[in-house]
Amino acid sequence: MSMTGSAAGTDKRGIRELGAEEKVGWDAVPQGVVLTSFDELIDNAALVKPEDRSYSDFNSYTATVASWRVIKPVYNRDICIDCQNCWVWCPDTSIISRDKQMLGIDYDHCKGCGVCVEVCPTNPKSLLMFSEAVDNDEALASWPEKKKKAK
Amino acid sequence: MAEKFELNEVEVWDGNYAASQALRQAQIDVVAAYPITPSTPIVENYGAYQANGYVDGEFVMVESEHAAMSGCIGAAAAGGRVATATSSQGFALMAEVLYQASGMRLPIVLTVVNRALASPLNVRGDHSDMYLGRDSGWIQLDAYNSQEAYDLTLCAFKIGEHLDVRLPVMVHQDGFTTSHKAQNVRPLTDEVAYNFIGDYVPVDDMLDFTRPVTHGAQTEEDWHYEHKAKQHKALMDSRSVIDQVFAEFKELTGREYKRVESYMMEDAEVAMVLLGSSVETAVLAAKQLREETGLKVGIVSPRCFRPFPYDLIRDELDREGLKAVVCMDKSAPGGAMGTLFNEVSAAAYTTKARPIISNYIYGLGGRDFSIDEAKRIMNEQKAHADAGYITTNIQQFSGVRGPKLGFFETRRG
Repeated sequence: MSMTGSAAGTDKRGIRELGAEEKVGWDAVPQGVVLTSFDELIDNAALVKPEDRSYSDFNSYTATVASWRVIKPVYNRDICIDCQNCWVWCPDTSIISRDKQMLGIDYDHCKGCGVCVEVCPTNPKSLLMFSEAVDNDEALASWPEKKKKAK
Repeated sequence: MAEKFELNEVEVWDGNYAASQALRQAQIDVVAAYPITPSTPIVENYGAYQANGYVDGEFVMVESEHAAMSGCIGAAAAGGRVATATSSQGFALMAEVLYQASGMRLPIVLTVVNRALASPLNVRGDHSDMYLGRDSGWIQLDAYNSQEAYDLTLCAFKIGEHLDVRLPVMVHQDGFTTSHKAQNVRPLTDEVAYNFIGDYVPVDDMLDFTRPVTHGAQTEEDWHYEHKAKQHKALMDSRSVIDQVFAEFKELTGREYKRVESYMMEDAEVAMVLLGSSVETAVLAAKQLREETGLKVGIVSPRCFRPFPYDLIRDELDREGLKAVVCMDKSAPGGAMGTLFNEVSAAAYTTKARPIISNYIYGLGGRDFSIDEAKRIMNEQKAHADAGYITTNIQQFSGVRGPKLGFFETRRG
């Protein structure tokens, strides 16, 4: 799936539709439905960036659920102040930010809930919801002007 | 380090105390529990051991049995040795999470003191809670007295935690008749008991941060079936591990347990199949009848209720001289034949001998099952054997007041 701006990502992010993983027999499924997050042991996952982690095939990171979404947030870099509000509030860790700089949206996992737009404090907002069918460049071209405060 | 608990070679313990001592000796990491009659003393005793420094693990008081088993599941997934106790309504409230524990392959030990299910509310012992657990994917062992409640609780940890098994295990005993009856019990020393069980070996534990894992994943029609098939195979295959653990226990203590216990079956013409403390009643009745009338009665009991021992039940019932078998179910059957009847019949149907089999419901809500009543039912089997068919209804009720109650008639004979 495509990604807005210069957001980083691994080769494995959203590499397949959810449910398109290889099906194995009862003898090969993991005992107790225990799913490993990574293919290799990891020292401290919190300190390793997603693009550097060895996500396993059963990690939700490798599956795309983009088709669940009917409206999407579009991100406008020109207005954003990198306050990280959207990153904090996103319930699906689908705001990609590095070194406190907002990079874009993980469209493989964003469900289009609109929370990021709701919490964006800029005027106009740096994130707005558009129909999934609208092209992102088109959306950016139609961005609203700054609203004057009512006296 | 826990305080040393002094034990005598022979102690006078009721079933509850025996079970709680086995839990103490297992050095459990987490017990999450919500006490309920008649298993309350298991939890109460364990709480006292903890408060008085006899156990190092955590004791978590929760708000319900659902929470108790949920807490056990969380602690077991985290990588600890875990156990709890319950009965009846509490067992019913746990039912949802029992399936989680087995599906997640967490070797939790649950000591169940069997008690009737409401309504009408009743605190006495019958097997309706034990039967409620029969499809939950747990291993179910059944103790007939205090010594067995102690022994089987120790075995339960070793069986469930075996790396080829990794399934939760229930150890059942009968409410009041076993749980509150003080008997001589020969405990092992703490060291011997613990060494028999061994150190807990965590599998896929959540506290291993170098290998993060997801427990409790959702699966739909494309994966669920394979996982349930694998789980069922593990339960079926646990039979050999149960046999092996029982053999090791015999080696250690001289006390022998089998997945199917049988008494005087070698030359039996008629047999009674039943569970729990009633087995001891039935054995006494059979011995008396053999002396008094010469009727050759044998007793069969599935010590291991799940996985159901079709193999060994079949071995016991495939005897040329055996003509009639009665299966005794101590649980309201809810519009069917009793569970033991159904399963024993299924096992016996594929034998060469194919004895005729009938069903009795008995002892509901703690109604007494006497030696005389056992003998009456055994004599009735002799009548079936002589006639060559079931001369009564196939399902009857023992010890209930009112007009005779029975259902279905045989088409054989």
